[in-house]
Amino acid sequence: MNLLQFLAQNRAEILQLTLEHLWLVGVSTLIAAVVGIPLGAMIARWPAFNKPVLTAANIVQTIPSLALFGFLLPVPWLGDRAERLAILALTLYALLPLIRNTYTGIRGVDPAVVEAGRAMGLTEGQLLWQVQLPLASSVILSGLRIAIVISVGLATIAAAIGAGGLGELIFRGLAMVNNQLILAGAIPAALLALLADFGLGWLEARLRPVQ
Amino acid sequence: MEAKKKDISAIEFRDVSYESPTGQKVLAGLNLEVQRGETLVLLGRSGSGKTTTLKLVNRLLMPARGEVYVEGKPAAKKQEDIVRLRRGIGYVIQEVGLFPHYTIGRNIGLVPRMERWAEEKIRQRTRELLQLVGLDAQLTGRYPHQLSGGQRQRVGVARALAANPAILLMDEPFGALDPLTRDELQREFISLQQRLRKTVLFVTHDLNEALRLGSRIALLDAGKLVTVLAPHDFLHSTNSLAAAYVKAFGAGLTAAENGAAQ
Repeated sequence: MNLLQFLAQNRAEILQLTLEHLWLVGVSTLIAAVVGIPLGAMIARWPAFNKPVLTAANIVQTIPSLALFGFLLPVPWLGDRAERLAILALTLYALLPLIRNTYTGIRGVDPAVVEAGRAMGLTEGQLLWQVQLPLASSVILSGLRIAIVISVGLATIAAAIGAGGLGELIFRGLAMVNNQLILAGAIPAALLALLADFGLGWLEARLRPVQ
Repeated sequence: MEAKKKDISAIEFRDVSYESPTGQKVLAGLNLEVQRGETLVLLGRSGSGKTTTLKLVNRLLMPARGEVYVEGKPAAKKQEDIVRLRRGIGYVIQEVGLFPHYTIGRNIGLVPRMERWAEEKIRQRTRELLQLVGLDAQLTGRYPHQLSGGQRQRVGVARALAANPAILLMDEPFGALDPLTRDELQREFISLQQRLRKTVLFVTHDLNEALRLGSRIALLDAGKLVTVLAPHDFLHSTNSLAAAYVKAFGAGLTAAENGAAQ
């Protein structure tokens, strides 16, 4: 039986696991964006928070994913369901690119534009919403793109703690020494990552401010 | 009340000092009055405190000591008062600082829109301003990057004038333009100022520009006010720094003339 036949035969399960995968990535990225973008904007405004916030996000990034899943397992409520745990871990990993790119994007806005805005009597809030965030949007989006691509890959490991997703097929294939099974998980995961990368890259190019 | 209003100067610096966040003294003991309707030029080399003086007026910087009075009132301290103060003061800088993601029309209409003018009134005002600064009304839909440097600076002036402020702060607005465009804009500034009679505080390091545009010239050096003179008096001043400026200004002309004579 060749790979294509195998994929066709198991398409229902592959589709089911792909949706689970998308759910893990989608929810965690959404939470990370809701937390990370304001954090990035905050440290751009108050540089005193810059170091602690970026350091914390950096440290999280250095923890091996398998170990992080393990650390979080005994935490009450969280450990009750593998899915919750996986979402939290993925959120933590997605934070760094989002915080850092929001910060970099806002700091990269032409200082003359910000000064002119301030001098015309824009409040700090108006300055953020009408000037800094729109002009930083392509950089923020590229952070989102990195976060999603990382998450798609990392989410395969969530299967190790039973959170589902395409990693299930990979781990099963590893246990059974079945390459077709491994590929049935790996190929859709790679396609998801490429698709997200391409789609967001296209959007990013469209949002890039004209010089 | 009205009679009294005529007496107070538009901007007054009373014993104003400013220190940079790093503790460096940028401006020390500045006393200066800007009369209503005059163009006061702040002249000096880089680091003399010209731009700092300008930014103290619209509170982009806060004085360490002393007080800056705008229209007789001590400058605002609360955030909402500062915002109101700034909306009543036009600000033009060398880098222009147009919002790159806004059309020319939206850039010019920014302050009126914040002040909740009616859309029709904003449109009308935008057309009027573009005409005033010598630009085609067709440009409203364009973006800043589609304009030339001279056109952008004209838009910058139009934007500063949009809500009809009594005071205009200009920080080397024509400094980045080529000599011919600069000459053109200086000429238009003069004719504009003859009609509008704004109170203008104008920063430059170019004596030619100072002589041409200023009703008075305030010479700054190393954070201190050296002297305030009318353009004609400046040329004949015995002050050593003023004389040095005049000499440097004349050097090019003399050299060219001598060259031609040989």
